[in-house]
Parts: sequence; structure tokens; C-alpha cells
Amino acid sequence: MWAYTIRRLIYMVVVIWVISILAFIIIELPPGDYLTSYIAQLQSQGGAINEAQIAALKKQYGLGLPAYLRYFKWMQNMFRGNFGRSFKWNEPVLDLLAERLPLTVLISLFTMIFTYTAAIPIGIYSALRQYSIQDYVFTTVGFIGLAVPNFLLALLLMFFFFRYLGWSPGGLFSSQYQIAPWNFAKFADLLKHLPIPIIVIGTGATAGLIRVMRGCLLDELRKQYVITARAKGLKERTLLFKYPVRMALNPMISTIGWILPAIVSGETITAIVLNLPTTGVLLYGALMTQDTYLAGGVILFLTALTVIGTFISDILLVWIDPRIQYERSR
Amino acid sequence: MKKKGGAKIKKGEISAEEEFYVASQWQLMWRKFKKHKLAIDACIVLVILYLIAIFAGFFAPYDMLKRTLYRDCPPQRIHFFDEEGRFHLLPFVYKMERELDPVTWRPSFTEDKTKKYPIYFLIHGSKYKLWKLFETDIHLFGTKESEGPFLFGTDKMGRDLFSRTVYASRISLSIGLVGVAISFVLGSILGGISGYYGGAADMIIQRVIEIFISMPQIPLWMALASAVPPHWPVIKTYFAITVILSFLGWTGLARVVRGKLISLREEDFIMAAKIAGTTDGRIIVRHLLPSFLSYLMVNLTLSIPWMILGETALSFLGLGIRPPAVSWGTLLKDAQQVSVIALYPWLLIPGIFVIITVLSFNFLGDGLRDAADPYK
Repeated sequence: MWAYTIRRLIYMVVVIWVISILAFIIIELPPGDYLTSYIAQLQSQGGAINEAQIAALKKQYGLGLPAYLRYFKWMQNMFRGNFGRSFKWNEPVLDLLAERLPLTVLISLFTMIFTYTAAIPIGIYSALRQYSIQDYVFTTVGFIGLAVPNFLLALLLMFFFFRYLGWSPGGLFSSQYQIAPWNFAKFADLLKHLPIPIIVIGTGATAGLIRVMRGCLLDELRKQYVITARAKGLKERTLLFKYPVRMALNPMISTIGWILPAIVSGETITAIVLNLPTTGVLLYGALMTQDTYLAGGVILFLTALTVIGTFISDILLVWIDPRIQYERSR
Repeated sequence: MKKKGGAKIKKGEISAEEEFYVASQWQLMWRKFKKHKLAIDACIVLVILYLIAIFAGFFAPYDMLKRTLYRDCPPQRIHFFDEEGRFHLLPFVYKMERELDPVTWRPSFTEDKTKKYPIYFLIHGSKYKLWKLFETDIHLFGTKESEGPFLFGTDKMGRDLFSRTVYASRISLSIGLVGVAISFVLGSILGGISGYYGGAADMIIQRVIEIFISMPQIPLWMALASAVPPHWPVIKTYFAITVILSFLGWTGLARVVRGKLISLREEDFIMAAKIAGTTDGRIIVRHLLPSFLSYLMVNLTLSIPWMILGETALSFLGLGIRPPAVSWGTLLKDAQQVSVIALYPWLLIPGIFVIITVLSFNFLGDGLRDAADPYK
């Protein structure tokens, strides 16, 4: 158990390190460097900048050094809590992230809960009533859910709400709470705004999971032990939930590995369409204006958090059900 | 050969069961695939869509950039019966009158029932070059005296949305195929090395795949796509976007290849081939590849829609294909705000094509998956 946790932890650190290299490449990809943009920005604001300041900035970001040394410089700054500045927002990247990342985490978490609580019962129902009308309805909805891109679903929902309810479902807060400090009323307002983004982000993953759950349960139901149990006169309900459903849940658990990245991914694009104050919009704006340190920071944090989230769920699951560990290691 | 001539078995004499044992693997797959009605339908839909994309100039009444005088015109209704209820063999459209609301200044269109424009088929219209080779001016349909018919309406510059959707399908539909081709090469080489040789190479490749899978795709796609310089020509951008999409898309394929290779590696016929002194390359190409080709096809079919969705999402955000080139994503970009969709909901029509295409590929993939293992 501990060996597995530690092995998994080391692996996670390696993955995050690889991601940091990727984020650095993203920072370095656009033509020109950060400093030129920064100086241009300072000058456009009318501020004079002298040679000494430029030299100091150059030293801080390690410009003029070879790429690998710049990378180490960047990492070093990061460990000191300095993720660089966003020159569009004129704020440290870390402050911007601290403001928006919690909301991203919140939405992703809620979406994940929604996905599993919706998919498991529907999947079980579909499998038990295979080829019934309800099963066909769920299967069709599931297929369409997989085929409709997130942003299109968001657009359609916005259109219908606007047309028929006269209400535009964008953002996460009503206007009076946007800059208000956190209190209970603000939180209640947030909860009221959450369902639409959650549905938009979660539909695709839910559709996928329903199919997994249905397929696995159908496979289980065909097995001989189910027939034996029935022949012995076990009550249908007890039989179902005690054996085949539990067996069918096992493969569902391993889907967390791709559900979480899919949700974070969907959150990014949905946030842009629905104008949610999360990291998605931040990343989009940063990429559009070549705000490289901000873009790199968002990418690093989003991916690192996804990896950490997967890690936590993996560990929790192994604690709950030690058999998984052996399945994974095979 | 001798056996065939000597036995003289007529077709009717073979029972269904015998036919099953005589049939080749591919014949069995085809038989099983044919039973999957939905997959066959999906196949037909896809063939039609791709034909439209290939002959875009013929199916579109206008060039994708041609501006007409009708701006923000809703889809025109096609009529077969006129005012007096008479039937016309050639469908027709009424003239559209543009009016401005005196209060809100919003344009609205009404049908002028006195002027009818019949729709002719196979008419001579604007000139275009088919595949940049043959110059012609034949279009599937169009009107003679006036502009139109605007089947899907027009956009804010008065460009016919139907024509633009047809032209856009060229990029949207082909990017999936090209992307999958690149993923196929990457996936089968890396998955092949991983599965066939095993050991350290396998370890490294598997870890790399796990890292790729654990990352959220869209933020990474966005970041990579935004590094494509805006001044690049369309064709270069197109390939850059395709490479970015397949850069993260090869992993699933590599896993299938590896999994199949590992299970096949232990089979007796591979051992026999090895003892007979066959080279590695020949074993892979002659013996292993045919054994899992069907699984590869399934996986490839199912990854095409992901590529299409990826391109649509990127172009929708303005990070993928850039105007003046059109893809379904760039067309949807016009419909980004609620205020715009509320007034001009027909701008969402290209989205329907995305959904139909993705659904069809999913159904086709499902049918192929059932057929891939015909002995089950």
C-alpha cells in the first residue's frame, strides 16, 4: 500500500516536471521575448525606462542566456513564488491565478460529481431495461451528447434561455456580487449560476460514462453466477446491487483517469463562451495578447492540478479497494 | 485450384454453417457489418458529405467569399405551390424585400409574393476551378434573374451561408482524415516498438503516453495553436493545426497497437516464423499487421470525430483556421454572442453539420467494432 502510494507520488512529480518543460516551451514559442513586450508596454504608458532597469529585468528573467539556463532560472523563480508578471493585467501571475483557480477547481469538482451521479443510475437503468424505449432514449441522448461540442451546447442553451425565458445565462455571479467580498449571499448566487456550466461541461463525459456503465453491467448480467443466484431464489434487488452492479462499477472507477482531464478541458472552452470568471478566459486572453508568462502559468497550474487530482483519486480508490492496485500494476 | 474444379459444389449446396467456415475473415466482417443498419446509414451519410466536400464548387451556388446585397437574410423558403395553390414542377423562391424597423433599425426580410424566381438545376453560374484544374461554371442549382436561393440564409456581409458551409466542409472533413493519418504513423510506430520489443523502450513509451493522457487537451491545443504565426498561408496553417491535433491524438492508437502486439507476440505462428528465420520487419508486415488491422481501423474511425471536434473548437476560438479560409468552426465563430444568435439563429446551422458528421463517424465506428471480431 505505502509502496504503491510512494511510487505513484514519485511518478506524479516526474509528470509535473515534464509539464513544466512543456509550459516553458509554450512561454518561449511566440516570436520576440517577454522583455521586449514589457518594455514596449512601459514606454506606451509614458514611463521612461533606463538601462539599469533593463539590465535588472534581464537578470531576473535570465534573458540572453541559453534556453536551458532560462528554464532553470524560471524554475528557480517559481520556487520562490514568482511566476512572472502579466503585462496585460499588470499584476503578478500568481495573484491572477489565486483569484480564478479556486473557481475552476470548484466547477470541475461539481461537474465530476454531477457526471458520476447522473451516469451510474442511468447506466444501470439502461442495462436492466435493455432495448426498452427508455433505453433507446438514453442511448440516443448519450450519442448526441458525445457528438455535440461543448461550446455549441453552451451556445444553444444560451439561445434558448434568451429566446424563451428572456434571461442570458452567462457568468458565475450576478452583477451586484461580482466584486463583492465573499459572504453567504454571494455563495448562494454562485450556486444559482452553477447548473448551466455544469450541464454544459458534464454532458459529454456523462454520455461516455453511461455507455461504459451500461456495457459493463450487461456483460456482468450475462455471466453464470447471476443465473445461479437467480436459480437459488435470491431477491432480484439484493442480487443486482450486491454482485453485478458492484462488479460493473470497477471499470467505472478507472475512468477517472480520463474524466478529469476531459472536464478541465471542457471547462476551458465553456468558460470562454459563457464568460465565466475562471482560468479558461484568463488563458484565452493571455494567448490572444501573447501574455506569455500568464499563459504558461495557467497551463502549468491547470495540468498540474489535473494530474494531482487524478493522483488523489487513485490513492483514495486504492485505499477503498486494494484490488485495483494489482489491476493497475499489470 | 484442383479441388475447386473437381468438387463442383454449387452455391446452394453449401449450408449456412459451412459457408461460415469457408468464408475468409474479411468476408465474415463484411457480413457482420452489413447487419448493423445504423452503421450502413452512417456510411451513406458520410459518403454524401464527402462527395459534397470534394465537389464543393458544384454544390455551392456561390463562391464562399461572394458578397450579395442581402445582408443577414434568414433562410429562404422553397415553394412548390404559388399563391393560387398551383403546383410548379420547378421549385421557386419569392423575392426578398429588406426593410428597416423604424424604431430599432433592425433589418427584417419579407417575401414579395408578386415576384417568383424559379430554381434551375445544373445551371451556368459563376466560374470556379474544380480541384484547381478544370475551369467550369456548372452549379447544381441556382436562380437566373436574382440572387439566391439562400437555403441557410446569409451572414453579416451578405455571403450565402449554404455555399460557405459547403466550402467549409472541405477543411472540416479533411482535417480529420489527415490528422488521423499522422496519428496512425506516430501511433503504430511507437506502439509497435513498445509492443514488439518490450523492455525499456516499452517502459518509456508507456510513461509518455500516460503523461499525454493525463493532460487536459483543449488548453494545450490552444497554447500550441496560438503559436502558429498569423501571417502563414492557409495551407501551412492547416497543416500546423493538423499536426497539433494529432500531436496529442496518437496515444490511443499506440495503446491499441501495443496491446494487440503483446497478445499476438506469444502466438505459435509468430514463434514458427521466427524459427524459420523470418526477419522482424517481415513478421510485422506480413503476419502481425493483418491480424490487428481491423482493430486499427475501428480505432482510426473513432478518432476522426475527435479531430473534427478539436479543429472546430480551435477555429471557433479564432486559434485554428483563420479567415478568409472557412471551416465549420470559423463559421460558428460569427455566432459567439447571445445577442447575435438571438437575432440570426441560422448562423448556428454549420453546427448541425458538425454534429451529423461526428454522430455518423461514431455509428460507423461502432459497426466496425462489432464487425472487427467476426468470430465472437
